[in-house]
Amino acid sequence: MNLFKSTVGRKILMAVTGLCLVGFISVHLLGNLSVFAGPDGINAYAEHLHSLGPLVWIFRLIMLGLFAVHITFGVQLYLENKAATPDNYAVQKTLVTTFSAKTMVFTGLIVLAFLLYHLLHFTVQITNPDISAHNIALDAANRLDVFTMVTASFQNAFIAGIYIVAMIALLLHLMHGISSWVQTFGWSSGPSQDKVTAIGKIVAIVYGLAYIAIPLLLLARIVK
Amino acid sequence: MDLTLHVWRQKGPQDKGKLETYQAKDVSPDMSFLEMLDEVNDGLIKSGKDPIAFDHDCREGICGMCSQVINGRPHGKQEKTTVCQLHMRQYNDGDEIFIEPWRAKAFPVQKDLIVDRSALDVIMQAGGYVSCHTGGVDDANAMLIPKPIADYAMDAAECIGCGACIAACPNSSAMLFTGAKVAQLAALPQGKPEAKKRVKAMTEALLEEGFGNCTNHYECEAACPKGISVKFIAKLNREYLKSLLPSSTGV
Amino acid sequence: MILDGKAPTGQVDTSWDRYREDMKLVNPSNKRKYKIIVVGSGLAGGAGAASLGELGYNVDCFCYQDSPRRAHSIGAQGGINAAKNYPSDGDSIYRLFYDTVKGGDFRSREADVWRLAQVSNNIIDQCVAQGVPFARDYAGYLDNRSFGGAQVSRTFYARGQTGQQLLLGAYSALSRQIKNKTVTMHPRTEMLDLVVVDGVAKGITVRNLMTGEIESHWADAVVLATGGYVNVFYLSTNAMGSSVTAIWKAVKKGAYMANPCYTQIHPTCIPVHGEHQSKLTLMSESLRNDGRIWVPKKAEDCDKHPSEVPEEGRDYYLERKYPSYGNLAPRDISSRSAKEACDDNRGVGPGKRGVYLDFEAAINRVGKKTIEDRYGNLFDMYEKITDENGYERPMRIYPAPHYNMGGLWVDYECQSNIPGLFVLGEANFSVHGANRLGASALMQGLADGYFVIPYTIAPYLASIKNPGEIKEDHAEFKKSVEDVEAQTNKLLSINGKKTVSELHKELGNIMWENVGMARSKESLTNALKLIPELRDEFWNNVKVTGEGKELNQQLENAGRVADFLEFAEMMAEDALNREESCGGHFRVEHQTDEGEAMRDDENFSYVAAWEFKGVGKKPELHKEPLKFERVHLAVRSYK
Ligand SMILES: Cc1cc2nc3c(=O)[nH]c(=O)nc-3n(C[C@H](O)[C@H](O)[C@H](O)COP(=O)(O)OP(=O)(O)OC[C@H]3O[C@@H](n4cnc5c(N)ncnc54)[C@H](O)[C@@H]3O)c2cc1C
Ligand code: HEM
Ligand code: SF4
Ligand code: FES
Repeated sequence: MNLFKSTVGRKILMAVTGLCLVGFISVHLLGNLSVFAGPDGINAYAEHLHSLGPLVWIFRLIMLGLFAVHITFGVQLYLENKAATPDNYAVQKTLVTTFSAKTMVFTGLIVLAFLLYHLLHFTVQITNPDISAHNIALDAANRLDVFTMVTASFQNAFIAGIYIVAMIALLLHLMHGISSWVQTFGWSSGPSQDKVTAIGKIVAIVYGLAYIAIPLLLLARIVK
Repeated sequence: MDLTLHVWRQKGPQDKGKLETYQAKDVSPDMSFLEMLDEVNDGLIKSGKDPIAFDHDCREGICGMCSQVINGRPHGKQEKTTVCQLHMRQYNDGDEIFIEPWRAKAFPVQKDLIVDRSALDVIMQAGGYVSCHTGGVDDANAMLIPKPIADYAMDAAECIGCGACIAACPNSSAMLFTGAKVAQLAALPQGKPEAKKRVKAMTEALLEEGFGNCTNHYECEAACPKGISVKFIAKLNREYLKSLLPSSTGV
Repeated sequence: MILDGKAPTGQVDTSWDRYREDMKLVNPSNKRKYKIIVVGSGLAGGAGAASLGELGYNVDCFCYQDSPRRAHSIGAQGGINAAKNYPSDGDSIYRLFYDTVKGGDFRSREADVWRLAQVSNNIIDQCVAQGVPFARDYAGYLDNRSFGGAQVSRTFYARGQTGQQLLLGAYSALSRQIKNKTVTMHPRTEMLDLVVVDGVAKGITVRNLMTGEIESHWADAVVLATGGYVNVFYLSTNAMGSSVTAIWKAVKKGAYMANPCYTQIHPTCIPVHGEHQSKLTLMSESLRNDGRIWVPKKAEDCDKHPSEVPEEGRDYYLERKYPSYGNLAPRDISSRSAKEACDDNRGVGPGKRGVYLDFEAAINRVGKKTIEDRYGNLFDMYEKITDENGYERPMRIYPAPHYNMGGLWVDYECQSNIPGLFVLGEANFSVHGANRLGASALMQGLADGYFVIPYTIAPYLASIKNPGEIKEDHAEFKKSVEDVEAQTNKLLSINGKKTVSELHKELGNIMWENVGMARSKESLTNALKLIPELRDEFWNNVKVTGEGKELNQQLENAGRVADFLEFAEMMAEDALNREESCGGHFRVEHQTDEGEAMRDDENFSYVAAWEFKGVGKKPELHKEPLKFERVHLAVRSYK
């Protein structure tokens, strides 16, 4: 009970769900990177996923739960914090906090908005029916041709742009999120604080760049 | 040196308040910041105006009474220094200085630069103590506390309760203040028996008093005149997590 | 009148045990019927309020700061004494008792000091149980350091912030009682009158500093623990708000002021640097463990950089004059020696009122790191204030008003001559005689609060037939409120030309020059002429802006200075009366050929308790003769 009300309890829930989400984006990234292996890579991956059947739905429900908790508390804490802080100082100065820390809820919401779009785009496939895998020919191995869908999508500057912007938001979110998570779990102790923050940023940048690379390289036709 | 001051003036808690401009002339670099304000006040009094009200008492950086945000920084620009220990040699002729009160919903302004910080006392009353009786306790050396632990507790215990951490926090959270006390007592054998209860009670009080939630900006640590580390917030978080574990009393 | 301190008769060593065995008790279920007011939340008041609340009494506690945690006890740096003898260096209750009586130049009450030494050990236990992080060694045992006036290491410390840690301990105990609703806390509330009904203390009148509202509070007993009054010198190491007001109001209601002239000038403070200065900063006496004090032998060397003064050109005057105690000679002696050196034109720094405190030898011996560990915060503080690096060039220090041994007269039970009025901590006169040893004030504050008042208040309370009989509707309470309001209105209506702080500065000057470290008949007579003049000027020419019914810091200060202006006269009167030199009271007429203080036990072995007779009227002297049974009166020597 206390957990859902307490200032620390809710932060911990944020951190746990945040961490699970990081777990998700890690797996998802590995899967997505298979696009660079050509049609055989990503199409096989997609096929494999679909073959899991009900497991996929269980997984989706878990994800929904994680997002729901993460977002509910994220927004709730944000609103409480707004209420606790009055008007600004005439001279407003911060010393150590970062842009990414100050914009967590916004980058989070951008990611959320993106997520909805992403689901409509690649899962439900209704945003661009002309290039959706359901509507185009199967690949040589009789699989849905996800590869063509993805490459065709990202060769479209508008779609690639949305993905790149969203991935920048994710990068920013993780820039603060990862080290913040260590602190919330109480695992940072002492002077190592700086190191934790630095490592968190590096990890975030790795994720961010890897994710951005997919639309970017496809858009730039470096990978075809 | 001559300075231009923009000072927050507010007659009472209900008043809206605004910045007013004053000139401070012939300020000596050896003066403390508060002595500079004393001089300005003497001038105001002589011209029949209400002097600037500000909190202060010990003027040696330990009571935690002084509390001013100077050019956007609680306690001004010198690191690990309270306003009363800040000296004018940190400033240059012609500088413009903005002086404002601590701002947080939990710290309503009472007059000019004076705010009500009683919320901090309430957090302490929630559990910032060891429930020992007066008298009838063990010999002081009965429980050994190795130096590193005593030092850790002392690092946390140095908090002067000024509230700069809250004034600096973008969320007006009091986690550094609370974490320092939770960590001090949790580290010591005397404080351990009540550790679970304490961390729950103090963090609950923190929200009830209208402080925000910590989102790890670490502005508090940067503003703290005593250099209290955010590792004590991590310790508080750890203590909270531990308090969720099933009771380990063994009965 | 001859006063009786009511100390238990018979053997001193067992007096406190016998007192506790014989005293009357209050039945536990009756305790909540009694209401006790505690004014002050420092070590004495905070500890007292918490302990009384825990016992079950109804306690109302007052302080003028915004939180009880900010009482000036917070500023104590060096440490607290106790007779634990953990280092096995020969300490004992007797030795702590003896050092304190001797340190006080044989002007304190033996039984009170014995009790203090006896409970000193309980204090350390208590604080450790509360979670006070005293310094410890790697094995986990408590560490000790040495302080002035003792040849054993009996001082417990928490870095350079011992007072802070002890006060936060007391504050935590107090917070627990506030939570339990046994104590009601009234912060930002200043006591401006004591209400006495038929000769018995029955309450106080206060001003709410936030709203300016003046109101009364009744109680069955009033405990004052309001700290020190050396701000009568304007510049001192006390907090800006420290004042004589609470105890002075009690004096005006008939309480006796004991030995007001016993003030302590602390030897190691940062020298005055300018006109605008508002306060002096203490550098803990613990620095004298490692620092060596010197001035140049020749006046012409004083302007040189200290490193250019060769070893043989330096006068380590304390080591020279007091070889067995050296730099750890007691405070009065060290301060006076510094003054002598500067009077001899051998002072250093701007204004030439300063002596060196040199760490070079210590740094060479144990390394800079160790010195940094021991005193780092003090070196930082020194640099912030003076812009000089104490590791690289010797610090400059000079004595400054710091503490008062004098205070309200109390008997063994800490009860003043007004029944129902108890006084604790620095506000009473009881244990330090004419000079206090370092690290003993914290000990006294906590002893009084935790271990004395919870016992000694019981017999008085038990003697009250109908607790709560007299409440705020009594005529005396109404009159008290009217008086306070009248004074407030008076202060606001003068509308003169000088600010309160200007007048306070002038008073400080008069006191420092005439009633300071060296006093003479001439200077004291001069002070007695100047003080009333300044007081008149104050009441005709002070300017206080704003209104009474609002937060008005000028008004607060004006009230405090008004009281200092009355009290200062009594202080000078006492100094003039005491035709001897003892401890912190040095009369130039009474010194040996070598310039050491000369006591007169024949004629002055008494406590001087002064009765207020009206503003500007000579107070009446009452004496409490001092008897010494456990120690032999001796010339105090630290050679
Ligand atoms: C800089 C410094 C360093 C020191 N270092 C040491 C040391 O190392 N060792 C040592 O033993 N001693 C030391 N001392 C002395 C020691 O700190 C004090 O003597 C002691 O703490 C006094 O405690 P107290 O409880 O009597 O008074 P305080 O702590 O001064 O408390 C006074 C209380 O009374 C309240 N009060 C006062 N007037 C009123 C009023 N009119 N109405 C309402 N409330 C009022 C205040 O709000 C406060 O709560 C030092 C003192 C100073 C100034
Ligand atoms: C893949 C998606 C996401 C991942 C990987 C992720 C990850 C994280 C992580 C690791 C944290 C740190 C938790 C902590 O401080 O301990 C965090 C915090 C946060 N997240 Fe997310 N998050 C994601 C999506 C979102 C979304 C959609 C929102 C929408 C509002 C959001 C809002 C927040 C907020 C407001 C915080 C701030 C917590 C704080 O700083 O205290 N996040 N996130
Ligand atoms: S943690 Fe630091 S900033 Fe916050 S109240 Fe304590 S001393 Fe002040
Ligand atoms: S006035 Fe006490 S800390 Fe600044």
